[in-house]
Amino acid sequence: MMQAEEAYINLYKQHAKSVSKSCSDLLNSKRQAAFEKFQTLGFPKNTHEEYRHCDLRKVLSIDYGLNINRVRIPINPHDVFSCDVPNLSTKLFFVVNDQFYKNDKPIGLPEGVLCGSLNDLTETHVRLLEQYYNKLSEKSPDGMVSFNTTFAQDGFVLYVPAGVVLEKPIQLIQVLHGTVDMMANRRLLIIVEEGAKAQFLVCDHTLSSKHFFSNQVTEIFVGKNASLEYYDLEMDQPNITRVSNTLVSQAASSHLLINGVTLQNGLSRNNINLCFEGEGASANLSGIALGNGNQLIDNHIFVDHAVPGCTSQELYKYVLDDSAKGVFGGRILVQKGAQKTSAYQSNKNLCFTKDAKMFAKPQLEIYADDVKCSHGSATGQIDEKALFYMRSRGISESEARLLLKFAFTADVLDNIRLEPLKDRMRMLVEKRFRGELAKCAGCSAANCK
Amino acid sequence: MLLEIKNLHASIEGKEILRGINLSINEGEIHAIMGPNGSGKSTLSAVLTGNPAYEVTDGEVWFRGKNLLSMSPEERSREGLFLSFQYPVEIPGVSMVNFMRSAVNEHRKYRQESALSASDFLKLMREKRSIVELDSKLANRSVNEGFSGGEKKKNEIFQMAMLDPKLSILDETDSGLDIDALRIVAQGVNKLRTPQNSTIVITHYQRLLDYIVPDQVHILYKGRIVKTAGRELAINLEERGYDWIKQEVEE
Ligand SMILES: Nc1ncnc2c1ncn2[C@@H]1O[C@H](COP(=O)(O)OP(=O)(O)OP(=O)(O)O)[C@@H](O)[C@H]1O
Ligand SMILES: [Mg+2]
Repeated sequence: MMQAEEAYINLYKQHAKSVSKSCSDLLNSKRQAAFEKFQTLGFPKNTHEEYRHCDLRKVLSIDYGLNINRVRIPINPHDVFSCDVPNLSTKLFFVVNDQFYKNDKPIGLPEGVLCGSLNDLTETHVRLLEQYYNKLSEKSPDGMVSFNTTFAQDGFVLYVPAGVVLEKPIQLIQVLHGTVDMMANRRLLIIVEEGAKAQFLVCDHTLSSKHFFSNQVTEIFVGKNASLEYYDLEMDQPNITRVSNTLVSQAASSHLLINGVTLQNGLSRNNINLCFEGEGASANLSGIALGNGNQLIDNHIFVDHAVPGCTSQELYKYVLDDSAKGVFGGRILVQKGAQKTSAYQSNKNLCFTKDAKMFAKPQLEIYADDVKCSHGSATGQIDEKALFYMRSRGISESEARLLLKFAFTADVLDNIRLEPLKDRMRMLVEKRFRGELAKCAGCSAANCK
Repeated sequence: MLLEIKNLHASIEGKEILRGINLSINEGEIHAIMGPNGSGKSTLSAVLTGNPAYEVTDGEVWFRGKNLLSMSPEERSREGLFLSFQYPVEIPGVSMVNFMRSAVNEHRKYRQESALSASDFLKLMREKRSIVELDSKLANRSVNEGFSGGEKKKNEIFQMAMLDPKLSILDETDSGLDIDALRIVAQGVNKLRTPQNSTIVITHYQRLLDYIVPDQVHILYKGRIVKTAGRELAINLEERGYDWIKQEVEE
């Protein structure tokens, strides 16, 4: 076993009591099995095909602190993130590192909706949440997931009961903050029951120049005929590692939209594992990855068509500058008997320099005969003809490049169904391309004017 | 003098296409350039506008007293050079409005004028669009994306109207236009004429020259201007083709 694992294994052995001390029984009840599994799996290694281009050794060699004793991070995120996406009135929540930031204000959500601290809600609503918590994670073959279950002490829950439609999007802002190098084990649980509807936006930010390792597990359950829009924006710093495992179960005739944007990051590995468990469901998965410097952005999407009649659509685009590295792994499995499946996957990438590298691996595994599937991946340079055409009209080369980069990402942003968020994202992407994003470091997608 | 080309040689991928072009254009003049396919007409427009795919191997070009060949494509445009492309380029995802706004404002900045307000800009768009009767829907689409051949050509002249150039090169703007569109586009070009600005019309057909009447007609053949005369040369060519010119050259 590598040293990195050993240190954490010893840490857990010594401090298992402290980890459990302030936590709900439900969270604690899952630790031991997960810990054993982690000891077998270890951290993902680049000798695993799935992590071939994502070497975590270096970032895992950093000596991160874990906030096992739940010391409160002295920051009031409301002071930092004071306003909202214009015209997008949201319910706003915060997670600081891996602690839910308690909000005293009345939340004003429809009857039965739960929204708040994972630790608190698994205490007060154990009957309900034990049906969901860890149900997808315990099947995951990724060591980061069992690691997370071992150490998870808090996080965020959104539960929308059957038939309830949330009029306003829920926004969760996750902040990394601290004066030493830290690891955060973030845990999100999102449940949208039969016929319910919700829109959820989660934004990751960093308010520190220290090294952070954010290990996030998000379990998503979309019930029968339910609908969920899940928007995930990463706006971190180069010193941040983010490993995010999003595990999804979709019931019959449910609809899910996931749109992920990596605007600014360090090393990001995003796994989405989606399984259709009921017929007639659809999933629309899309993302933009904007890399520069030495960043790595690795998105691995696995869609499991386990039942007939479901539709999945994927569109992932990367724009890579400097010596940034992009990885896209898209696996679609159409299981035996999953007839009338439609699965489409598209991955398009722009590399602006010789040092920028893109690795794409689409995988289609089809064990049914009556299906419509397609996949395509293309990596190219900027269209020189278009560039010259624009310059011949007086547009400077840098501006022309910018317009072309921006144009390249346009169709992914068009997937965003919340209009004000779409406008916001367009603006942020443009700012990012203009190199103006750094100027508003420390403020959020939601409030930088 | 507005434009002076002296002994211009240019090549692409090591192949010499322009082999000593000499041409002078005064303010207010219209010059037609004709010549068989592949003779180098589009190459000349590309070299004048600074297309980086071409390499200038010899000669000089002066535009409004400045060394044109030392300028970037965007500077040439801001100095007042415009090319209506033989094959306009589609740019998916970039809207006509944003494209034109960037172009117009960069021109204004170059002249040390402030950027146009949104409403003034839209007013300008509307006004210029009417010159070539360009469908307002096209202005809301991505640049040239899905435009018909004729719409693309109209769109070129619309852009010309927006940028108000000193020297316009129209590279086969007439090809692909129906009879009515040809008249509209030609009338548009004429509306934009002033005693100061000049036009180079590259065409294969006399028809366009009935509308846009040239002061001089040049024949480009194998990378050289082999004959220059008045507009009667175009009429002559329409009747006799290029064979007699080729013979004259070979002699
Ligand atoms: N990228 C290239 N590589 C090699 N040869 C090229 C390239 N582009 C143009 N040429 C050649 O240069 C020559 C001149 O082409 P050009 O397009 O300038 O001709 P033209 O006079 O405009 O013809 P047309 O009337 O058909 O438009 C042609 O022989 C063409 O094949
Ligand atoms: Mg040509």
